[in-house]
Amino acid sequence: MSLLSVTNLTIALPKGADRPHAVKDISFDLNHGEMLCIVGESGSGKSMSANAVMGLLAEGLSVARGSITFDGQDLVRLSEAQMRTLRGRRIGMIFQEPLTALNPLMPVGRQIEEVFEAHGMLTPAARRDRVIDLLTEVGLPDPSASARAYPFQMSGGQRQRVVIAMALALEPAILIADEPTTALDVTTQAQILRLLDDLRRRHDMGVVFITHDLGVVADIADRVLVMQSGVIVEQGAASDVLLRPQHPYTQALLDAIPQLKGMTDDAPVPTAAPLLQVKGLHKQFRSGGGWLGGKPRVVTALDDISFDLQAGETIGIVGESGSGKSTLGRAIVRLQDVDRGQVLLNGRDMAALRGEALRHDRKRVQMIFQDPYSSLPPRQSIGKTLTEGQVAHGTPIAQARDRAAAILDRVGLDAGSMSRFPHEFSGGQRQRIGIARALVLDPELIVADEAVSALDVSVQAQVLDLLAGLKRDLNLSMLFITHDLRVAGQICDWLIVMQKGRIVETGDAARILNMPSSDYARGLLAALPGRDFETARAAARV
Amino acid sequence: MARFILGRLVKAALTLLAILVLNFFLIHAAPGDPAMIMMAETGSSDPQVLADMRARFGLDQSLPMQLALYIKGYLTLDMGWSFRRDVPVFDLIADRLPATLLLTMTAFAISLGLGVLAGALAARRQGGWGDTIISTVALLFYATPLFWMALMASLLFSVGLGWLPGFGYETVGANYTGLARMGDIALHLILPATTLGLFFTAVYARMTRASMLEVNRLDFVKTARAKGLRPSVITRRHVLRNALLPIITLAGLQAGQLVGGAVLTETVFAWPGIGRLMFEAIAQRDYNIILGVFFVSAALVLLFNLITDLLYMVVDPRIRLQS
Repeated sequence: MSLLSVTNLTIALPKGADRPHAVKDISFDLNHGEMLCIVGESGSGKSMSANAVMGLLAEGLSVARGSITFDGQDLVRLSEAQMRTLRGRRIGMIFQEPLTALNPLMPVGRQIEEVFEAHGMLTPAARRDRVIDLLTEVGLPDPSASARAYPFQMSGGQRQRVVIAMALALEPAILIADEPTTALDVTTQAQILRLLDDLRRRHDMGVVFITHDLGVVADIADRVLVMQSGVIVEQGAASDVLLRPQHPYTQALLDAIPQLKGMTDDAPVPTAAPLLQVKGLHKQFRSGGGWLGGKPRVVTALDDISFDLQAGETIGIVGESGSGKSTLGRAIVRLQDVDRGQVLLNGRDMAALRGEALRHDRKRVQMIFQDPYSSLPPRQSIGKTLTEGQVAHGTPIAQARDRAAAILDRVGLDAGSMSRFPHEFSGGQRQRIGIARALVLDPELIVADEAVSALDVSVQAQVLDLLAGLKRDLNLSMLFITHDLRVAGQICDWLIVMQKGRIVETGDAARILNMPSSDYARGLLAALPGRDFETARAAARV
Repeated sequence: MARFILGRLVKAALTLLAILVLNFFLIHAAPGDPAMIMMAETGSSDPQVLADMRARFGLDQSLPMQLALYIKGYLTLDMGWSFRRDVPVFDLIADRLPATLLLTMTAFAISLGLGVLAGALAARRQGGWGDTIISTVALLFYATPLFWMALMASLLFSVGLGWLPGFGYETVGANYTGLARMGDIALHLILPATTLGLFFTAVYARMTRASMLEVNRLDFVKTARAKGLRPSVITRRHVLRNALLPIITLAGLQAGQLVGGAVLTETVFAWPGIGRLMFEAIAQRDYNIILGVFFVSAALVLLFNLITDLLYMVVDPRIRLQS
């Protein structure tokens, strides 16, 4: 008999939503010790299904039909008080954002103790001992010191280990993990995935693992369930679904995963006068330390960064969080001042410009941002967003509008979009508008900071295609900042690998992705999820 | 932590010194000196009397010397002389300060306690009838002018119903002692303290409600629910503690007004505090009293700012451990 059995579950959305049901007639089973992955893009209803099992649906949502059978009872019909006795004790849950999943004002050990307290288990002293055991089990260094630490004193990976320890405290039969590694760096992600896999074997837990990342699925899943717009389109054993997908949507998702390979077409030849020359860039951030002394915290974000970029070339800056890659991008567009060094764009030092000269030259470098939701002014029409920069630089409004319409057309949106507002567009469309905004000023260089990282994989593939096309047609020069090596391989001619503010390796993208020479780059590649699957899939295709 | 407090104390001392210097030049910016003003009012014009008076108040010294004497005076708790009342300013303020602090601190406690409680209740049942009532009443108090509220309260509870004394600090001529006197003062305190606290009660209620609703949406509240904690525990331990952080800032601001903020209330209820002393001093152009009150208020603002910052360190580990 299966551990958990979901039958014809239907969750109603409030009136006025884009569809009547968030989740419609889904049925699946979870067995003891099984890793079940639910895959889907944003809005597919995957998180909501998991929340329903936990009895933690957001306000306004309710189960309209169906049952969730666990321990011989239907969870849908349990009262809130009955549900509470199961939460944390029989079903544990891990969330996506380790940075916000813990109470900032409470030591983490105390937060784990609360799980025992909530279910009236153990004496306070015994609880504290168990917390140390748990923190040891999830691999935190110096468990007793960790127990006393506050969340802000820990890294994202460490916090996620705390959340896992919390979910495991009472050895639940089921663990629900909602995108638990999405916010983490690849190397940290690999560690957390290994930990979760270990723990479920040791405790014979059934794990429902929700993710949008098929690479992760390929690495860990026993069974896979693919959701689209609230329905399950395909489910089965991981090897079947991933290597012999039946449903066209599954196939499309799999095809949209970027292949780990470098660009093969010829990159521009280095010339005597590169478009961009970055020379000896340094930047340190200091915090703390008052006027009475005290030691300030110093973080070196950029440590002697130098490189050249040829016209028409795309250089990828890759690294994990804290590597300084974003600071580098911001320094080049002058959103960040540097301590010393030069940013020569066609021979003119952007880092030294001030005042009016800087304002005038700003249009020569434009930026595409990560979050398509917060990077467009919400109460301003797209037309205004696309013309205000041009007008500020002296273009007559009529001409600016013509140019905006032409660029919109080029990024695949019709000119009618000009009179609409950001909220009327999907994430992918907004990112196209973000690209249009960068292009409309006819910049010499574009800096794209994690420009496709917030997008679903199928949308990501479309936006990458668009960028590749623009690069070809307009001979765009681009600095492409990303944490995702697969994405970097899709679009970059040349890669710069950064770690802790320094360049640890540079080279042809294909060369680095196939034969990295630095240990750090090798580690990054080894941590990429789904590498074996990629090989298997390539073999299956031949 | 010790370094932080020390740093803040040094800054506070420098600020107070600046206020003293400012005070001093304010007196001298006014036309004529106090001796001249008093002479003019008595109608006397004897140059000898004027010179005597100047010598007595140290007004015959050079300006830097006078400044030094002025600062030295404050350092030894000598805040100058009230020429009107013919008593040292320090004695006047020391006499009135307890009454004012009793009034404002009571109002402070009432508004903080009641406001946070009402806000928490409203947030707990967002959109329910309790929330509607609390939010409406809070808006009403928020929008009504304080002096009007004071007059109406006095009219209703004192004149109309006769439940509470409408003015004064204690019953004149009753000569209560001990507990009976305390009870009498407490009874006199109810109307002015409640009236004075209403505005801030409303502010705290609205702010607590908004802050709690915001914290309710944060991820760690969901984590707490996933542990199987009871809603009351989640609210108290996880939501309220985080929601109170902005309230501390606001409370610090209100506490800064503990001395200067009760002028209207003290006047309406004939409360013998600093506020009324100041009101009278302004009417009588008794500069030394005004400046003395100014100095004491400033000192208390600085003190409460320091307390607020320390409180933040106690409540928020991110501030405590990073500084």
